[in-house]
Amino acid sequence: MTVRLRFTKLGKIRWTSHRDVARIWERALRRAGLPVAYSEGFSPRPKLSFGLALPTGCESLAEYLDVELAADVDPEVVGQKVEPMLPAGISVLAAAKPAAGSGSLQEDVSSCAWEMCVPGASPEQLDAALSKVMAASSLPIARERKGRTVRDDLRPSLLSLRAAERDGDEVNEVQQMNGAQPMRGSKLVAELATRPRGVRPAELAQVIGMELGLSKRTFQWIERDGSKFEPLDAHAAVAAPVGERVP
Amino acid sequence: MNSSLWPRIEPLLAQVTKPARYIGGELGARKPLHEPGRVAWLLIYPDTYEIGLPNQGLQILYEILNEREDALAERAYAPWVDMEEAMRRCGLPLFSLETTTAAAEFDLLAFNLSAELTYTNVLNLIDLAGLPVRAAARSDEAPLIVAGGHCAFNPEPLADFVDAFVLGDGEEVVGELTEVVSAWKHSGGSHRSDGRRREDVLRAMARVPGVYVPSCYEACYERGRLVEVAPRFADVPSRVEKRVVGDLGDWPYPKKQLVPLIEVVHDRLNVEVFRGCTRGCRFCQAGMITRPVRERPAAQVEQMVRDGLDRTGYDEVSLTSLSSADFSGIEETVSSVINDPECSGQVSVSLPSLRVDAFTVGLAAEIQKVRRTGLTFAPEGGTWRMRQVINKLIREEDLYSAVESAFSQGWRRIKLYFLIGLPTETDEDVRGIAELASRCAEIGQRHHRNVTVTASVGGFVPKPHTPFQWFGQDTISELRRKVGLLRDAVRGTRGVTLRWHDPEATAAEGIVSRGDRRMGAVVEHVWRAGGTFQEWSEHFDLGLWLEGLESAGLTLEDSVYRHREEREVLPWDHVSAALHRDFLWQDFKEALEEHGLEDCRWTPCYDCGACTGLGVEHVVASAVPPAGGSQGTGQDTSVGGVLPVRFVRAGTAKGEATGAAKGAATNMAGASAGAGR
Repeated sequence: MTVRLRFTKLGKIRWTSHRDVARIWERALRRAGLPVAYSEGFSPRPKLSFGLALPTGCESLAEYLDVELAADVDPEVVGQKVEPMLPAGISVLAAAKPAAGSGSLQEDVSSCAWEMCVPGASPEQLDAALSKVMAASSLPIARERKGRTVRDDLRPSLLSLRAAERDGDEVNEVQQMNGAQPMRGSKLVAELATRPRGVRPAELAQVIGMELGLSKRTFQWIERDGSKFEPLDAHAAVAAPVGERVP
Repeated sequence: MNSSLWPRIEPLLAQVTKPARYIGGELGARKPLHEPGRVAWLLIYPDTYEIGLPNQGLQILYEILNEREDALAERAYAPWVDMEEAMRRCGLPLFSLETTTAAAEFDLLAFNLSAELTYTNVLNLIDLAGLPVRAAARSDEAPLIVAGGHCAFNPEPLADFVDAFVLGDGEEVVGELTEVVSAWKHSGGSHRSDGRRREDVLRAMARVPGVYVPSCYEACYERGRLVEVAPRFADVPSRVEKRVVGDLGDWPYPKKQLVPLIEVVHDRLNVEVFRGCTRGCRFCQAGMITRPVRERPAAQVEQMVRDGLDRTGYDEVSLTSLSSADFSGIEETVSSVINDPECSGQVSVSLPSLRVDAFTVGLAAEIQKVRRTGLTFAPEGGTWRMRQVINKLIREEDLYSAVESAFSQGWRRIKLYFLIGLPTETDEDVRGIAELASRCAEIGQRHHRNVTVTASVGGFVPKPHTPFQWFGQDTISELRRKVGLLRDAVRGTRGVTLRWHDPEATAAEGIVSRGDRRMGAVVEHVWRAGGTFQEWSEHFDLGLWLEGLESAGLTLEDSVYRHREEREVLPWDHVSAALHRDFLWQDFKEALEEHGLEDCRWTPCYDCGACTGLGVEHVVASAVPPAGGSQGTGQDTSVGGVLPVRFVRAGTAKGEATGAAKGAATNMAGASAGAGR
């Protein structure tokens, strides 16, 4: 059976890479004594599949992971057992069986919502820059890929960009202890499509011509047949309580 | 009382590679509270986080200190060059990972010295802590700089920078040093600097057994040669003996091995199964300075493996030691791990330093049911003659049967370690390396179409406290010539890959390994010229070392290439690994005569000095030598062949009555300890 988990990546742990997080999960699931299924062959690996990679240094309230188990376990129990095995900053928000007919996270997720700190601009300045970007018909961007320079148009991936006031409650006390920085300046609220290609916060910073501070992924969205929903609603299943943990 | 530097650290992390090196947060990490009543240790590994984190010595001391009421310990590693530059740009000092406290706020900075080429990093880290690198320039309130680890057995190249060295096992001595520093801290007013003099605490530290305080000793030279390192005070020992814990069973550490958030070297559970080695490989410093052999009780090993796997979530455990296949009852221990239903067949076991014989390969086959990738053997010498000289008594038949066994059981990649530049080495010995590798590849090709045999060749650096400590190291050009011989010899040989260590790096290691106190100026020169991370080929620069030698008035010829004389004062003569100097000299002579020496775990004592001097015997659970080829027993018991080597007993060969008498005494002690030879 497959269990889908929704989890956070907040505070100091944001400096670990996508690959690091995968290894952290493998060990946490083993420590929790959960019957994770393994691949066959010479080099058996636990069957875990993660959604879209989160760039190193970004926070998230909406990371997802599909775990294949070799035996039936109540998804809620999976969440509760693994939660205490995770390092500070990674918390299980929800655990459930993915809806019937779901594809992989990589295939299904069509856009992500972000909140990005823009330390050097007022909401008005940011708003002006965003209007210009959204008015452009194309936004060519170059990047290195396998030693070759590839030119992509970023514009089709920018679904919506909005300037907002920074709000002081963005970082709570626990997160601050974990090293999160309070946001200053203004805040950019963005929804970015995953196709034709994903957009990294650094690339967005490049096209709007402003430096971005702490970026946080807030939602991943699946759009299908005209409706838009999350891979797993944060409140769809009872999550294990987020408690104090010694790292 | 300490303040976190995190708000100043975090903005730098977006600018550097692998930022998670600097965030701590490992499973098993502590967040100790700094209080006036506790002596604060910062344990530092002078290389990157990925190299330093798995270091077991550092982790053991971390736990022991944090368990004490009067101490606390945090960790630091060398920031990579990008982070160091960012830190220096904003005036951020070296900090601890756990509470991001500035290094200078600790009472002691304790360095692990595992490799000579990290010495320039030691200086860099002292500097990054905001302290003068030279011990004499540091103020009374500056933290004490201490160091331990294998390289501490020649402390002299760092004697001008480090306040105190610890020789040997650190488990007990860190507590004793804590007490000395604590008493000193509380001897004056409330502030660290109130009326306390640094020299008082250093003098008290020098009286702790196993602790060498260089400022209490004076190095004397005559006509450019060291003639004595003499104590300056009557109450410090003229010769500092190493410390040894007699029973590893008393020290089941680390109990909570650190599990990092990022990938590091040796990224698995490590359980030390024994300490010390009496194989007697004459080039091997680790084997010589860690005697005697002390095995951990098998039941404790099994318990530590079980608890460790449960706690960490690792799926691999390494049973560590200098030659783990020699652990008594290794088979039982291994099968208890892999047949544990809790591990459900998903845990693999690795044994570093495989012995070269079919038995060992059989063991490896049993434990590597999954992930059967490559096997590594270390014959070290290319010919039987060469291996007799270095006392690595592996016959060609042993190697070939091990390799045959490996290829037939599914392995396709074999790695062979060799040294070049060994005493008495001829070109024939060097070409023998290519010959062995080619034969191994041929054996492999009988089993698989594509096999790889990698011959990995290092340049030999003679090390202190070994029988080869007198030997003149090969020059850079001679090592290059020998590498050339090998390249010619393997050219066009299918399945054989040759790798070699940079002869220039071998020379630099030689400069520091046997240097005296004057070598400190060379280390300082290289550091001041920007030469950090000299272990890393992209940063290594021999030019800096040569400049340093020249400005110190020293030469490669004299300090590295020269054969030492029998009676010459060696820079490390005043520190002791418990080995008799005449035992080492005798063993050197026997090496030159191509005489092998049996493993004394299962044969009579040679009186090397370790057991008698320390009052500790080998702790070996089984009186029966491990099964297998000549390396197992010294005599070939399994095939019935006769070993083409003449064994001599060092004690009798020396013809010294004292040696023989001591040998007999130790035999009895050994028997009563249950070794029952």
